[in-house]
Amino acid sequence: MISLSASEQEQTTGVGGGTADEAAAKAAPAKTAPATPAPTSGDRGLVGGSFSMSSKRPKREGPTSGDGEYTFRDNSGRTDLAVSVQHLSITYRTTFERVPTFKNAIVRAGRGERALIEVNAVNDVSFDVANGTALGIIGSNGAGKSTIMRALAGILPPTKGRIETWGRASTLLALGVGFNAMLSGRENVILGGLASGLSRAEVEERANDVAEWAELGDYIDAPMRTYSSGMFSRLAFSVAVHMKPDILMVDEALSAGDAAFREKAQAKMDELRSSARALFLVSHALGSVKEMCSDCIWLHKGKIMMHASPAECVDAYTRFVKVGQTPATMEEL
Amino acid sequence: MSTATPRSESSASAADDSYTSVYHLYEPHKVGLPKLGVYFKELWKRREFAAESSKAGMRGANSMTFFGQAWLVINPLLLALVYYFLLNVVSGKIGQGFDAQQMAHITGGLFVFYFFQGAVGTGAGSVVGAGKLILNTAFPRLLLPLAAVRTGFYRFLPTVPVYIVFHILAGNPWNVATFVAAPIFLLFITIFAAGLAAVFAALQVYFRDTSSFLPYVMRIWLYTSPVLWTIDALRGHRFAEILAPFNPLYALIGGYGEALQRGVFPSLSVWLIAAAWAFGAALVGFGFFMSRERDFAVRL
Repeated sequence: MISLSASEQEQTTGVGGGTADEAAAKAAPAKTAPATPAPTSGDRGLVGGSFSMSSKRPKREGPTSGDGEYTFRDNSGRTDLAVSVQHLSITYRTTFERVPTFKNAIVRAGRGERALIEVNAVNDVSFDVANGTALGIIGSNGAGKSTIMRALAGILPPTKGRIETWGRASTLLALGVGFNAMLSGRENVILGGLASGLSRAEVEERANDVAEWAELGDYIDAPMRTYSSGMFSRLAFSVAVHMKPDILMVDEALSAGDAAFREKAQAKMDELRSSARALFLVSHALGSVKEMCSDCIWLHKGKIMMHASPAECVDAYTRFVKVGQTPATMEEL
Repeated sequence: MSTATPRSESSASAADDSYTSVYHLYEPHKVGLPKLGVYFKELWKRREFAAESSKAGMRGANSMTFFGQAWLVINPLLLALVYYFLLNVVSGKIGQGFDAQQMAHITGGLFVFYFFQGAVGTGAGSVVGAGKLILNTAFPRLLLPLAAVRTGFYRFLPTVPVYIVFHILAGNPWNVATFVAAPIFLLFITIFAAGLAAVFAALQVYFRDTSSFLPYVMRIWLYTSPVLWTIDALRGHRFAEILAPFNPLYALIGGYGEALQRGVFPSLSVWLIAAAWAFGAALVGFGFFMSRERDFAVRL
């Protein structure tokens, strides 16, 4: 390992850390399966990350202030990992107004209020993903699954902790490709590709593959507002798999396709699992998580409840939410 | 705990080229601004995106069709005519024949003001309008307002020949100032517009009604800038002369007009004030935008 500089080096002070969670997280590469947590009585509902409303401007703490509490493993020399997440916490402030306007801000300021909520979307999450892993992420709505995906792609900065990825991560969050409904599918594909840093030649070459695979026919050059939801998700999925990311993240993308498309998507995913460094599948379709993934994380309210094999996670999760493995929850993709 | 080896410096240096290398490290940002070197390198690498997004936007607005192009000319031209008549009615000169000189001045100033207004206005909506792209793709967000400025510029270009017609009708001179100084001032105006576009694009994320009061700001700005009147008109009004340099467009459009229409090299003070406003606005605007841009994904 490379020599350390004393000033950069922030050793554990022994004050902040030391929770059971953290100890478990430290031993991350070895899968840890803490005893199935029972829902506590103080648990306010199952859904939603914790958030607090504040009427005053919250104190601006330096975003790095928490770093001192943790010791980070040095992964810089490693090549066996695709993703390493250490003590990741993401807290952000956003407004609860439907449309934030200057007018409302003034009205609220007059009353001494601010329309801000602080969302603790992710709370001290650590996990490693080795090359070749297909990681399933399950959890209730609002557990922080998509937030973690966005953080891995570099869209949301961590509030605490660190994220390391080896390779380019592509997000495929639900129906996320077409951002401008007035433009054609092809234009959206090209713009998305250029924005994510591909060259024009690469993008144009791939745009044809994307269109062909998605079987949109002439619709590829029609405005995206004319697309059906199935066409939308076919295009979204096709874009994600054709941009050849090193780390592929699929978030509920297949839900709108028809049977033939699902079959095709399944085959493509199997193919990608071997070529991509890692594959993340965020899904409520527990059956497909069980079937396709080699590793699984169960998130709840921004915390890792379990990091174990897909079967164990799905079992614990379904027990936790008391739904049981009915055909509805296990439904294929 | 055996894996908890101390963190080394190499990870920090690897982050310097985090966009380009295989290894990426994301850590909390210590201060508001991202690493500028990496940021602008990435920005430059994706300039194609700005160009393509601007082109696609113009295609969407039919700017590439014949009538779309024609409208880009007809609209400001009609406005110039309206202002021409208005000025003549107000000054009681109506019926004294066509004043080509004045028409050249109005078209020259109004067209470039329209470019400025359009660039800032489109820029203001650029981030909010990009919605899903912001949520799902990591890229330097500054590309969005810059693309809007590019759009504004390309909408301005078709009006140039129209101005030239009035330039010739008025018998205005063609000299070095027209071909050298005027384009430089146009560049200053573009840089200034880019800075403001960035500011309003970021503000629009927090206050969605920014774009509704922007037109009023622009209208007042038009009347307080040497578009419908010339810099000479201020002579003798001491109060106005003192205040004028605080209006950025006074030096920017004033200098542009002097060079383009009268073939005069603007005085040094005009050059310096114009350059200061242009680069100052870009510095402050881009800085503000970049310090807020990581917040956009959770605010949209």
